[in-house]
Amino acid sequence: MTVASSDIVTGAINRSLPARVVARTGGGVLRIFLIVVALVWLVPTFGLLVESFRDPAQYANGGWWDAITHPGQLTAHNYVELLKNSTMTSSFLNTIEITLPATILVVLIGSAAGYAFAWMEFPGRDAIFLLVVGLLVIPIQIALIPVIKLYGLMGISGTILSVIMFHVGFGLPFAIFLLRNYFSGIPRDLMEAARMDGASEVKIFFKVILPLGMPAIASLGIFQFLWVWNDLLVALVFSNATSEPITVALASQTRQFGSSIDILAPGAFLSLIVPLIVFLAFQRYFVQGVMAGSVK
Amino acid sequence: MAKMELRHVGKVYPDGTRAVTDLNMRIDDGEFVVFVGPSGCGKTTALRMIAGLETISEGEIEIGDRVVNDVPPRDRDVAMVFQSYALYPHLSVRDNIGFGLQLRKVPKRELNRRVEEAAKILGLTDHLDRKPRNLSGGQRQRVAMGRAIVREPQAFLMDEPLSNLDAKLRVQMRAEIGKLQRDLAVTTIYVTHDQTEAMTLGHRVAVMKLGVLQQIAPPQVLYDHPDNLFVAGFIGSPAMNFMPGTLRRDDTGHRVEVGQQSISVPDKVVAERPALASYVDKDVVIGFRPEDVDDAAITKPDPGRSFVGTVELVEPLGSDLMVHVSTDAPPLTESEDLAELGKDSDAGAPLGDRTRVVARFNPRSRVQIGEQATMSLDTERFHFFDPQTGRSIWAHQPADPTHDS
Repeated sequence: MTVASSDIVTGAINRSLPARVVARTGGGVLRIFLIVVALVWLVPTFGLLVESFRDPAQYANGGWWDAITHPGQLTAHNYVELLKNSTMTSSFLNTIEITLPATILVVLIGSAAGYAFAWMEFPGRDAIFLLVVGLLVIPIQIALIPVIKLYGLMGISGTILSVIMFHVGFGLPFAIFLLRNYFSGIPRDLMEAARMDGASEVKIFFKVILPLGMPAIASLGIFQFLWVWNDLLVALVFSNATSEPITVALASQTRQFGSSIDILAPGAFLSLIVPLIVFLAFQRYFVQGVMAGSVK
Repeated sequence: MAKMELRHVGKVYPDGTRAVTDLNMRIDDGEFVVFVGPSGCGKTTALRMIAGLETISEGEIEIGDRVVNDVPPRDRDVAMVFQSYALYPHLSVRDNIGFGLQLRKVPKRELNRRVEEAAKILGLTDHLDRKPRNLSGGQRQRVAMGRAIVREPQAFLMDEPLSNLDAKLRVQMRAEIGKLQRDLAVTTIYVTHDQTEAMTLGHRVAVMKLGVLQQIAPPQVLYDHPDNLFVAGFIGSPAMNFMPGTLRRDDTGHRVEVGQQSISVPDKVVAERPALASYVDKDVVIGFRPEDVDDAAITKPDPGRSFVGTVELVEPLGSDLMVHVSTDAPPLTESEDLAELGKDSDAGAPLGDRTRVVARFNPRSRVQIGEQATMSLDTERFHFFDPQTGRSIWAHQPADPTHDS
């Protein structure tokens, strides 16, 4: 046995099954498999996009795929109508009004709390952190009715604020948990160096922790954004006709018979494209090795 | 730039661990003091207390004329270089160096001027816009230095700044740090476990053991007049050899009986050490450095100035032969000092019931492994220690109650 072949044998034994499959097939089969899965996953979205541009008169005469062979079916009419539909436009704005504050607040409060739990010393720190982690296991369904009553007492039932507050409250435990763990992985030396350089806790937070925590903060921001943007349950419970987001507005367009697809399709596509753009925009922050070169 | 004073400084951690005990020293303006000792000797803790990164449990620290016990690190006006460099990975070299000035709201033009000046001194001018991850280890180390010097602080604190560099670069950076400190004349405290660094850099070297300062003195004084067994064994490489013996006196003068052999002690050595008189017929520990031992076949010593053993190992270094000789001198087992030394190296490690002597022989020596060899000893350079206290025997009395280790 030559040296080279024995190397291959030991390598194969040490690697996992998927790694070995990739090695054997040169990655080609795996790549094809992944492309097929991705395409299957994208078909409904693509269908939705095509359908949203189809003339509603053609809906009864076949599926969206007909538009590929008959491009004459395509029209911007549905989107024009959608923009004229005040329920849809205001619900779309409501979604933005709910999602942006609910995301920003969770990221801000979560990172400040994460820093405190990771690096500041105060009595009862670990106990409080355990309590926060404990909140992770509470399902939101349990809280719906008590919080509705609470909002009634506070006189904010049905407002956008009430929806935001609920999202922030239930987003924070995970945010704090995630960011605290990430921040505590930042080398202590960096904070001490900043302290020696003359930074206060606030400066350390903004100038060292936030930039270095960007990968975790970006992931959290995306998760929270998607969760709030796509939420139906919380909005259904807490919003009313004036504060309902697009998910609720779309849901009310579906009926048992003859849903209004000319509104649903473009509305759903709009509601889908925004989180996609957000994801693609922040994706570059998921860069590995941001910490490289700081401490050896 | 400022003088510094530590008065009865101690550190006890909340769990009761004592890291530093009763540390006292005065450091002059512009002085370079090195804290050295094996791991866990409290040198880094002491430095961090001066920096303000650890609270001071006992005593007082004064920087300039100000007691800084309750002053936060950012207001102490000292700069620190970390072992890990602790560069901000998201900032360019320029911003790393200028970070402290920026926090102090130094005007942009002044900031740039000072950063560029520091970069010039450190040879970083071409790298100012790079990120730390794109720098080599030596360059990162320079950036860490730059961050300290650009602030023009009262003092530099350096925590093993060279230990992450490879051997060659370490020697080079060591020389650069020494030169930089001379040029800037900033009071500097430097922590290291490497006694070569300590000896080459420090105006004075403070040797610590288990949180207690053993001796603080200029390097040559430490080498020639160590206060105790620990300092004697720690400073110098290869380490000093120790052998227990009994001091005798007869008509011809003083001699030390070691195992079955006897070594005569010159009158000059006894005269220099008045306290030695009270050790006659008592146990002492003699210490001698490898360079004070040579091959008797070449030096032809006077009788009573040689010692016989078996050659165990010969390491030719070109300029010298390092010869390890096992002798019938009984090992030093009771010394706490040597036990502490043994944790970091095998200096003074007992060899069963024998003692190993490391000697720096003339390269013309023909000794062979396994053979008997006679070593000549430069007895005028002997050191004497009290076996109970481990303290060096000079002018003071053996049972010195003020030094209880």
